[in-house]
Amino acid sequence: MNKRITIQVCMGTGGMAAGGAEVLATFESLMKEKNIPAEFKKECSMHKVGCRGLCARDVLVDVIAGDNRTTYQYIKPDMVQRIIDEHVVAGNPVSDWQVTDDYHKFHEKQIKVVLSDCGNIDPEDIGAYIAAEGYKAIDKVFNAMSPEAVIDMIKKSGLRGRGGAGFPTGVKWEACRKAPGDRKYIICNADEGDPGAFMDRAVIEGNPHAVLEGMVIGAYAIGATKGYVYIRAEYPLAVERLKKAIKAAGERGYLGKNIFNKGFDFDIKIKLGAGAFVCGEETALIASIEGQRGMPRAKPPFPVHHGLWGKPTVINNVETLANIPYIIKRGPEWFSSYGTEKSKGTKVFALTGKVKNTGLIEVPMGITLKEIIYDIGGGIENNKKLKAVQTGGPSGGCITGDMLDINVDYESLAKVGSIVGSGGMIVLDEDDCMVNVAKYFLNFTQSESCGKCVPCRIGTKRLLEILDRITKGLGKESDIDLLLKLSGDIKSASLCGLGQTAPNPVLSTIKYFREEYEAHIKDKQCPAKVCRDLLTYSILEDFCKGCGACMRACPAGAIKGEKKKPHVINAGACIKCGSCFDVCKFKAVSRG
Amino acid sequence: MASLAAIFGSGAMTNSIKEIEGMEMIFIIGSNTKESHPVIANRMIKAYRKGAKIIVADPRRVPMVRFAEVFLNLRPGADIALINGLAHVILKEGLDNKEFIADKTEGFEEWKKSVETYTPEYVEKITGVPAVDIIKAARLYGSSRKAGLFYTMGITQHTCGTENVNAVANLVMLTGNIGRESTGVNPLRGQNNVQGASDAACLPNVYPGYQKVDLPEIREKFEKAWGVSLSPRPGLTATEMIPAALEGKIKAMYIMGENPVITDPNTHHTVDALKKLDFLVVQDIFMTETAELADVVLPSTCFAEKNGTFSNTERKVQRVRKAVEPPGDARSDLSIIMEISKRLGYPMNYKSPEDVLVEFGQVWPNLAGITYQRLDKDGIQWPCPDKDHPGTEYLYKEGFPKGKVRFTPAAYTPPAEVASEEYPFVLTTGRNLYQYHSGSMTRRVKAIEAHAGEPYVEISPGDGERLHIKDGEAVKVTSRRGSIKIKARITPKVSMGTVFIPMHYSEAAANVITNDALDAQVKIPEFKVCAVKIEKK
Amino acid sequence: MAFKVTIDGKMAEVPEGTTVLEAARMLNITIPTLCHHPKLTPFGGCRLCIVEIKGIPRPVTSCTTPVNDGMEVTTSTPQIEDLRKTVLELILSDHPNDCMICERAGDCTLQEMAYIYGVRENRFEGERRTYEKKDGNPFIERDMEKCILCGRCVKVCDEVQGVGAIDFAYRGFQSKICPPYEKDLNCEFCGQCVSVCPTGALSGKMWSRLGRQKDVKEVDTTCAYCGTGCNITLHVKGNDVIRVTSKEDTWNEGWLCVKGRFGYQFINSPDRLKKPLIRITPKDQSNPPFTHFAKGGHGGITRSQFKEVSWNEALDHISGRLTEIKAKHGADAIGGLSSARCTNEENYAFQKMIRAAVGANNVDHCARL
Repeated sequence: MNKRITIQVCMGTGGMAAGGAEVLATFESLMKEKNIPAEFKKECSMHKVGCRGLCARDVLVDVIAGDNRTTYQYIKPDMVQRIIDEHVVAGNPVSDWQVTDDYHKFHEKQIKVVLSDCGNIDPEDIGAYIAAEGYKAIDKVFNAMSPEAVIDMIKKSGLRGRGGAGFPTGVKWEACRKAPGDRKYIICNADEGDPGAFMDRAVIEGNPHAVLEGMVIGAYAIGATKGYVYIRAEYPLAVERLKKAIKAAGERGYLGKNIFNKGFDFDIKIKLGAGAFVCGEETALIASIEGQRGMPRAKPPFPVHHGLWGKPTVINNVETLANIPYIIKRGPEWFSSYGTEKSKGTKVFALTGKVKNTGLIEVPMGITLKEIIYDIGGGIENNKKLKAVQTGGPSGGCITGDMLDINVDYESLAKVGSIVGSGGMIVLDEDDCMVNVAKYFLNFTQSESCGKCVPCRIGTKRLLEILDRITKGLGKESDIDLLLKLSGDIKSASLCGLGQTAPNPVLSTIKYFREEYEAHIKDKQCPAKVCRDLLTYSILEDFCKGCGACMRACPAGAIKGEKKKPHVINAGACIKCGSCFDVCKFKAVSRG
Repeated sequence: MASLAAIFGSGAMTNSIKEIEGMEMIFIIGSNTKESHPVIANRMIKAYRKGAKIIVADPRRVPMVRFAEVFLNLRPGADIALINGLAHVILKEGLDNKEFIADKTEGFEEWKKSVETYTPEYVEKITGVPAVDIIKAARLYGSSRKAGLFYTMGITQHTCGTENVNAVANLVMLTGNIGRESTGVNPLRGQNNVQGASDAACLPNVYPGYQKVDLPEIREKFEKAWGVSLSPRPGLTATEMIPAALEGKIKAMYIMGENPVITDPNTHHTVDALKKLDFLVVQDIFMTETAELADVVLPSTCFAEKNGTFSNTERKVQRVRKAVEPPGDARSDLSIIMEISKRLGYPMNYKSPEDVLVEFGQVWPNLAGITYQRLDKDGIQWPCPDKDHPGTEYLYKEGFPKGKVRFTPAAYTPPAEVASEEYPFVLTTGRNLYQYHSGSMTRRVKAIEAHAGEPYVEISPGDGERLHIKDGEAVKVTSRRGSIKIKARITPKVSMGTVFIPMHYSEAAANVITNDALDAQVKIPEFKVCAVKIEKK
Repeated sequence: MAFKVTIDGKMAEVPEGTTVLEAARMLNITIPTLCHHPKLTPFGGCRLCIVEIKGIPRPVTSCTTPVNDGMEVTTSTPQIEDLRKTVLELILSDHPNDCMICERAGDCTLQEMAYIYGVRENRFEGERRTYEKKDGNPFIERDMEKCILCGRCVKVCDEVQGVGAIDFAYRGFQSKICPPYEKDLNCEFCGQCVSVCPTGALSGKMWSRLGRQKDVKEVDTTCAYCGTGCNITLHVKGNDVIRVTSKEDTWNEGWLCVKGRFGYQFINSPDRLKKPLIRITPKDQSNPPFTHFAKGGHGGITRSQFKEVSWNEALDHISGRLTEIKAKHGADAIGGLSSARCTNEENYAFQKMIRAAVGANNVDHCARL
């Protein structure tokens, strides 16, 4: 024990769910027990840190001795003893539990800006953020830059909104700055609602001060005196850390009255959303803050002219704001050195689905899909065949397995009918039914429609009903055309982004996987064997050993048979749950 | 309304209802606008949506309080103190309209002295309204030059009703908030054609168009017009006729479409008086409580069964059109009057209601330009002196008829009855949203009866707790004049020490207990304040 | 500032802030709408009023889009009409389509639109919302299956009435307009929501099944309640007033209160006096008499104290008694009370009768009460 030791335990929502708090507590109590406490404060420190991306391996623990960082994965409280004994005390890392190569590979191709401090600093300690050059950007802005210069710099960086639409942030700020109004607002949109997306949550949990710093800079640039963070109540940890961060920033004078003695007042309030997806839409979000039901209104007028309480308002996504301090500190040229001609910087994605390394990644714009899936993601689970990658969540579309060389940026994805969106990226393999995928997203958008406009409220319901009947084998030959027609009309006639993009999963799956639709409709077959109503189960006489496992597993009592003789499924009684298929050790149950 | 006429020249609303939406400041005192004049309240809400600020002064937490910038929750009967207090602050802060005062008013200096003692602190003691709210309201009203003031019976139905109106008028003059578009003083009329009945001179002291009966040249004008000699003596008001009947001075009464048994204060007294009459004719559409006491009851027509005009609270003459035939042998009031008059030896030869309006316009120039034809699409606001005149949206655009208007000092006097040990509560009466006046119309509407068919007394939660009275429990409310049994409604609408009973319900008639003490000048009874006790049944 | 706008080739100059829809209406160009109401703020929910604007890639709702200087608008193209038809079909796919028994048939904007766009077949048939009708209130019938969620009722209740008794609830297809927690409606019952409802979703309970719009004669008149003097329209069928409405172009903008809109049943009340009556038994001199008061004075008990007589008998009796009393006690012993409920003409004639025929000035009315 002659080196300074730092222990970092991942305690984002993922880490917490895997038992991060218990792991940290065990470290603490065992280190006291081991008589390390005397030196503990001097020599040893322990931190909770935010998510570093690879949530599948949680709880992740770093033991940093001097310059040597050892990362352990899948740590449980009962494993802490050995780490302390062997590594902390004896200085020999426990090789069995260390992360493997793919952990490193997962990080190698990433370029972390927004996530650079996530997983390295204690998000509940403003000192840690400041030690990592935090709040330097504010310092620079307040002491050396005019609001116009800030806007110029952001414009020059090429930063575009990370919430989905990709509108240039500097242009938005400039419009709001120029809009006449006695009061202006800046809102951080943390109403992350896409299924499977958790970029914003991770950023706030891992580095809340970066978001606040971005907001203060934005407020200064546009002339806002009040800011709101609109965050969903389902993110309790993020809310908690944000509250602490706002308090700490206020105490240090980064928020509140007369910031840096420059006569500039700015306060931030947290507004909890009730989990409505549509409240991610700017005008619905504003309505929600105003105490109204979260329903969008038609634009124009745009929020930069007529926003919260009728005043000019800028709404920026969490990731957008978290980029700001880095751009200010490192300069627009640095930022625009990443990415493509029109899509600058990096983008955080939530990589999920049938990929080996699921988690949060940050990559430069323009990286190929192949690099993401195979280099970072480690390829497809169980070495199955990649079928498609769904990006942009319920508003997005699919990219097929044979388009892997596509660059991931705003323009390239739009060209093939998908979007970057807020950063959801779901990998689908041969076991995924594309009709079912479309149905899944439609089910989501339909139940999240605010009900205001007809095409979205009723139109998506009808789309869902058509998809539903196709997956049940009741599809009609004309259904594909009807889906296309209705989808187009919904896109054209809907009021807000939710409705205008809701049909995208349908359009894109029909575009690339029309034959799957046709199989469902004409052949009454689900090629991926997902759609339950289209499946039939039977027992292959030759393979059945008559063990009775399937009979015991069948919840419908549809399987009969004598011991050691082939069993039979009564098709009329079968509810197609697949229990027999899963339980049979002899692959004697056929599904088709 | 007569008091307001005495000050400015006319007793009507000076603005039209449409103008409300242009007001930047709306001061509502003694008017439960949302329940008694709901559609006028809609205009106020429209103004509110456009940014107008609203002040509400009322003993009850009336619904318009929801929209109020300041709510002045004064004790019943303390209006003069409150208004003088507002004037005091306006003067002190120099918000008075010096130009208007100099050009258009007289008596300012003398009046100014009269409000010197009404400091916010002193007024707080009398009214119970916090001094800070008085100051806030004074600044709001005082600094606006586009303000509308609204009041109803909450101002006039007091023994000091005339002084109340004077105080209101002083405030208006002090700020010069009168005589311009969306700027003025607006008494809201409680009934569809009070304005018209007054214009038509169903008043004891004036001929049609407020022309005084005791001025010989006026009387001669009408004698000539009507071809008959007329009495030079002003008559009795409704509230004077009842005691006169008791005393035997009035022997016969002809009551057309009124129900004084329910609507007059001190019901016992009214019934006794009507029973004492030698002869009582009641002409109505229902067998009202008053008709039950009649010697002859005549069936007449309701508004849907006849042609004619009503004049609303903004002086607008509007058409009433016949839609259905009257039931049974019922006849229109006009035809009945003509028959009686003929039999009394004075035939009137009107061929249609329109002939009457034409004659009305001949004796009162303000209506001279109004014809049925012109009223076909929209009403016309008087004055409308000739056929080409578009009518008058707001009054006093060209100044006041008298030239200058006079500040009249109004001193606070306590109500005729104040809470005592024996009668510890102050009762105030009024209307609710659903029922109307004596209820003879609304109480025959099944839906309204189903929803609001039961009388109640509003008691504050604090008093309810103190007296162990639960919501819905039956209580006995007693004044020096009588008592009624009624259900308690526990509600924060009223403050501690104040109770409220709606006037509509004959089975628990509020006017059994109200005070028939009258305002000395305009003879309006003090419906709004009397002392009562409340006992559990 | 005035903006120039060209709509379907016609030019107009409109003030800043005018919407495309308003500008089109000034030019007498019809754009179909369902959720728009000229007295309420724009909603943009029904999507029928979409138009094409040069330079804007997607169709926009004309009701929400303010005119910009030099704007060029096309209100009808095959694509726009096609979208409108889709929207209508979608609405109708979630509508009971029971026009044959609907109160509003013939007076329903949705029905009219379906007629104009010739929607008969529906490509989008599917699930319909079904709701239990459970309102206990006596005034307003809410048939939410017919509700097209245009939001007019929500807006009128909030913006005009300042009550906010109802709002949108739930999401997606299950979206619904209801009072908080789906309780019974408990509001001011002004019926403004009924007056702006474009379909049969909201109607007055008391006029249910009494007659549809095509069967009534409309008579414009003035409300007989408070002094506001709202312009109302009596809907007459046979000799009965079966409904009261107010037109949008009246000075009161079509708004009424609970009494004005729902308080008309007294007209047809069986309690109405139909014959002149003369007292036959002496007046009860005991005091107080109130114990026998029925609600609102139906007078059932005292009716027996009177007999029905002819008009001539009643009128002769009155003139005879008044002449007697005048002769004995003088004109000043006679007083008359007139009514604020009567017309100007009747009041004028009444005071003239007291003054000119009786000869006294004892005439008054209830202005003080």
